[in-house]
Amino acid sequence: MKVSTDWLSDYISLKDVNIQELAEQITRSGIEIDSVESRNNGVSKVVAGYVKTKEKHPDADKLNVVTVDAGLDEELQIVCGAKNIEAGQKVPVALVGAKLPGGVEIKKAKLRGVPSQGMICSAKELGLNDKLLPKDQQEGILVLPEGTQIGAPIESVLGLNDEVLDFDLTPNRSDCLSMLGAAYEVGAILGRDVTHPDAKLVETAPPASDAISVTVSNPELCSHYAVRVISDVKIGPSPLWMQNRLIAAGIRPISNVVDVTNYVMLEYGQPLHAFDADRIAGRRIEVRVSKAGETIETLDGQVRKLDAGALLITDAEKPIGLAGVMGGANSEVTASTVNLVLESAKFHGGTVRKLSRQLGLRSEASQRFEKEVDPGTVIPALDRAAALIASLAGATVHQGIVQSGEAAAEPLVIPLSLTKLNAFLGTSISSLEVKTIFARLHFECGDMPDNTLAVRVPSRRGDITRDVDLIEEVARLYGYDKIPVTAIEGPTTQGGYTRPQLLRREIRSMLTKGGLQEVISYSFANREAEEMFPVLKENRHSVKLAMPMSEDRSVLRASLIPQLMDVAVFNRNRKQDNLALFELGSVFQSEEEMLTVQPKELSVLGILLTGLRQDKQWNLNPEKVDFYDLKGAVETVIRYLGLEELVSYEADRPAGFHPGRSASIMLEVNKEKKRIGVMGQIHPDLQRAKELEDTYVAELMLEPLFAAYAKPIEYRDLPRFPAVQRDIAIVVDRDVTAASLIKTIAESAGELLEDVHVFDVFTGSKLGEGKKSVALSLVYRHMERTLTDEEISEVHGRAVAALEQTFGAELRK
Amino acid sequence: MKNRLEQLKQEALAELNEVIDAGRLNELRVKYLGKKGALTEILRGMGSLSAEERPVIGQVANEVRSAIETLIESKQQQFEQQETERRLAAEKLDVTLPGRPLKQGGVHPLNRVIQEIEDIFIGMGYSIAEGPEVETDYFNFEALNLPKNHPARDMQDSFYLTEELLMRTQTSPVQARTMKAKQGETPVKIICPGKVYRRDDDDATHSFQFHQIEGLVIGKGIRMSDLKGTLLQFSRKMFGEDTQIRLRPSFFPFTEPSIEVDVTCMKCGGTGCRVCKGSGWVEILGSGMVHPRVLEMGGYDPEVYSGFAFGMGVERIALKKYGVDDIRHFYNNDIRFLEQFARQ
Repeated sequence: MKVSTDWLSDYISLKDVNIQELAEQITRSGIEIDSVESRNNGVSKVVAGYVKTKEKHPDADKLNVVTVDAGLDEELQIVCGAKNIEAGQKVPVALVGAKLPGGVEIKKAKLRGVPSQGMICSAKELGLNDKLLPKDQQEGILVLPEGTQIGAPIESVLGLNDEVLDFDLTPNRSDCLSMLGAAYEVGAILGRDVTHPDAKLVETAPPASDAISVTVSNPELCSHYAVRVISDVKIGPSPLWMQNRLIAAGIRPISNVVDVTNYVMLEYGQPLHAFDADRIAGRRIEVRVSKAGETIETLDGQVRKLDAGALLITDAEKPIGLAGVMGGANSEVTASTVNLVLESAKFHGGTVRKLSRQLGLRSEASQRFEKEVDPGTVIPALDRAAALIASLAGATVHQGIVQSGEAAAEPLVIPLSLTKLNAFLGTSISSLEVKTIFARLHFECGDMPDNTLAVRVPSRRGDITRDVDLIEEVARLYGYDKIPVTAIEGPTTQGGYTRPQLLRREIRSMLTKGGLQEVISYSFANREAEEMFPVLKENRHSVKLAMPMSEDRSVLRASLIPQLMDVAVFNRNRKQDNLALFELGSVFQSEEEMLTVQPKELSVLGILLTGLRQDKQWNLNPEKVDFYDLKGAVETVIRYLGLEELVSYEADRPAGFHPGRSASIMLEVNKEKKRIGVMGQIHPDLQRAKELEDTYVAELMLEPLFAAYAKPIEYRDLPRFPAVQRDIAIVVDRDVTAASLIKTIAESAGELLEDVHVFDVFTGSKLGEGKKSVALSLVYRHMERTLTDEEISEVHGRAVAALEQTFGAELRK
Repeated sequence: MKNRLEQLKQEALAELNEVIDAGRLNELRVKYLGKKGALTEILRGMGSLSAEERPVIGQVANEVRSAIETLIESKQQQFEQQETERRLAAEKLDVTLPGRPLKQGGVHPLNRVIQEIEDIFIGMGYSIAEGPEVETDYFNFEALNLPKNHPARDMQDSFYLTEELLMRTQTSPVQARTMKAKQGETPVKIICPGKVYRRDDDDATHSFQFHQIEGLVIGKGIRMSDLKGTLLQFSRKMFGEDTQIRLRPSFFPFTEPSIEVDVTCMKCGGTGCRVCKGSGWVEILGSGMVHPRVLEMGGYDPEVYSGFAFGMGVERIALKKYGVDDIRHFYNNDIRFLEQFARQ
């Protein structure tokens, strides 16, 4: 809401008030002032002048030479290029020495040989927002009304000595969508009184009820509907002072009648609408809801087809307006309108909002109705507008108001305990101070027992419904600055993370210290990409957005892998090829194809590795990451969780992955293996499509891992007797897994075997087709004594024999 | 003989003084002190000396030997030292070449900020609460006192999945969920960080996905002054001990009174700069006393209990704290951007 301080002073004295300081005070007490703008953008020494004569320039077709009376001793001769200049006009004249916005200074000049003593200005040259001017004033020079006083400074003619405050209103303060509301707010801050406009209404003609009848068929959507009938209207421009104020408020002047309805809307916050009375069929108005398919042509020339349930203003035959949103073209006030029906009403906010949204028609009026207009202003605003139209358009106002519904409701009285107020705020504000604040707000209050006040809330403050609302009013005018700083009293609390929260944070920290960079991707994903890695989704479904902003963000991510791939692609496009990334986040999967309940939100860890293990450097070998870098990262997490005995890896060729370089990550839960993750190289076809180099990704579901039983840490005695290490190298078929070799060794060697691990694997033509060599270290130890050679040889022999038997392993010498 | 010894000494010392390498020194040691050396040669003649002369000459001979040995010794040391210096000089490295780095990744800057805030509030006795990102209309709006016709409840402004389900537009529903779960128990002292979603076109200052941290305290006798104290304490830990806060009245449907909180600009410390648009203040928080309707719906009698709530935008804090100029950086995950935050 743009609040002209010049206009505001009609209702409240701003004498000796620094506007900048006032803006700061308003902001600090609850309504943010976005800007303070002067309407004068740098105009000086420009006056209203009278064009006495106009002649063609002797040497230039497009120029005229005019003589102007600017109220000086001598007439001025000015060369002017505007097409619309005519003798007999009043125009803004920039005298020699005048300054215009943008640093222009007017000097004596000769134009094509003819001396020119000044300049005749357009609206734009005076720094006015020409978009808000009537069409015929936007081009060429600005023509002032005939009655303008010659020689008057243009600042006063155009109301430029004005500063406009831009109120950035929170939704609860729609009371300040009016000059009077703003005046009350400023009045409360300054402690000054508010004066209402004087609506001296002379009713002369026969009763209005002879001319019109009003019925409201849906009173729940229109609690009050009132009209006045006005005759003998002479449509014309509104006076310049009114136009200036409308422009300051950002509204374009149109005609005296329309301008008055807008002016009074700004003044009271009550939107008004004028119908051409002679175009209302049957002299009757009905307010009712629409039937599906009804149409109306609105003021903007568009034919609107309506759903059922929109609130309409109709006459005996047809809709003539969309309640609170826009009038109908069929009853519009035109230049030839003579008689008016002037409407002031309270429409149901939600209904207006729904319709204006539906039609994409948001207006100053609909905005105000949406937020519920003050029921107390329906009649005062109607009277004020009628009086203004009578005086500015030479019209007569019929006797009485024709209306349906109730006038203003009883103001609310709320008991406010001052004990509660101070306990709630942590203050010790005295009863007197509180009363003073309410007096400034123009809220009447009286004493009740128990240190309690009865506060009467004026109808303009519909946002105040309970005692805390009053406490807020007191607090904001008392000053939030003055509220003390205290610490919470009462029992102390032990804060902290839950176990899953803590584990997630530990994993984050562990992975970053291991060289991985955390990323955060979008939760919305491309639907097709979502289908690429379906493994962890099992039989669940992706969740679709009802109205996605784009195809690429149309479903909720069901996996982090496609998102991580996108991050890799983004970085590779920027020549960042070596990536080690992870993300901790939620993925969304639903048991239902058509969503009716909240989907599952699964907490997952995603990892992506591609490119070199470390950036190229003079003393590092440029080595590419491989499957085992990825697996190592996964194992590190599993080991940290103490679950390595419950987790296994199965090469079950999960979809989307390289069939030979991928695995499912299985967790044993109640003796049953459950898939809780996948890892591997992205399928080469997919890599190619995304223009990725070899890229390894993993995804782990964290909840089952966190829920799994990890044995508590239990100290084992450190060995006191030496271990003996025996290394063997065997040749086996390539399909034989390391895990199966180790399992066989462990089973056959028994308790003396402390550790066994693979330390080398290779293939080569020497070994034969489909064969590989695996080298293993076997470590033997007895906890209570030193093992003898015989003992070791016996056990070791058993292990080797088992390998030979089970896998046909050949011992390499 | 004495003269010969003296002469030998003169010769030997002169020659030794000339020596510049260890090889030559060894030759001279052999030449003068060796088994067939000059000194031995002379001393062979000792046999012909008288019993009186022998000890005198013997003493002289020892002096000569000692003088030569001392010089050889010192020369030797000198050469060894020189040799060591030479060797070390040859081992010289280019210390400006980079070392082999320990692998080190980084926490995403948004999580960095979240963790920092979590740590502060945990220290103040808060627990961390979490809630679903897909919310019901009830918890996201209704339970927070947002009326049915509130603009945020429009399909145009929120990401709906169905009529009843939507991506949460704020972390505040966790407040409502926590109250419900607590079943009237107090004290409640939580913060809830998380992702939220609003239908905004992305640009330098808007992102349809962003993070918030919500805080909620409920108990008997919780005052607005406690809120002020809490936020001041938090701001000083987060932004520095000299930080001031400024409270401005505002409006949120779920708090009454509602408060916007500005803190001293972390860039300029309050003198005015680009980050704070010259005001010296940066708006970082919305807060207020929990609305009695919200307490009622959460199962707390507003005549007995009171509480405060606050919420802050993580991106906003990160943007201001690190001087980042475009919110989209946080979600593009350009490694060159992220790596800048992998340090203290």
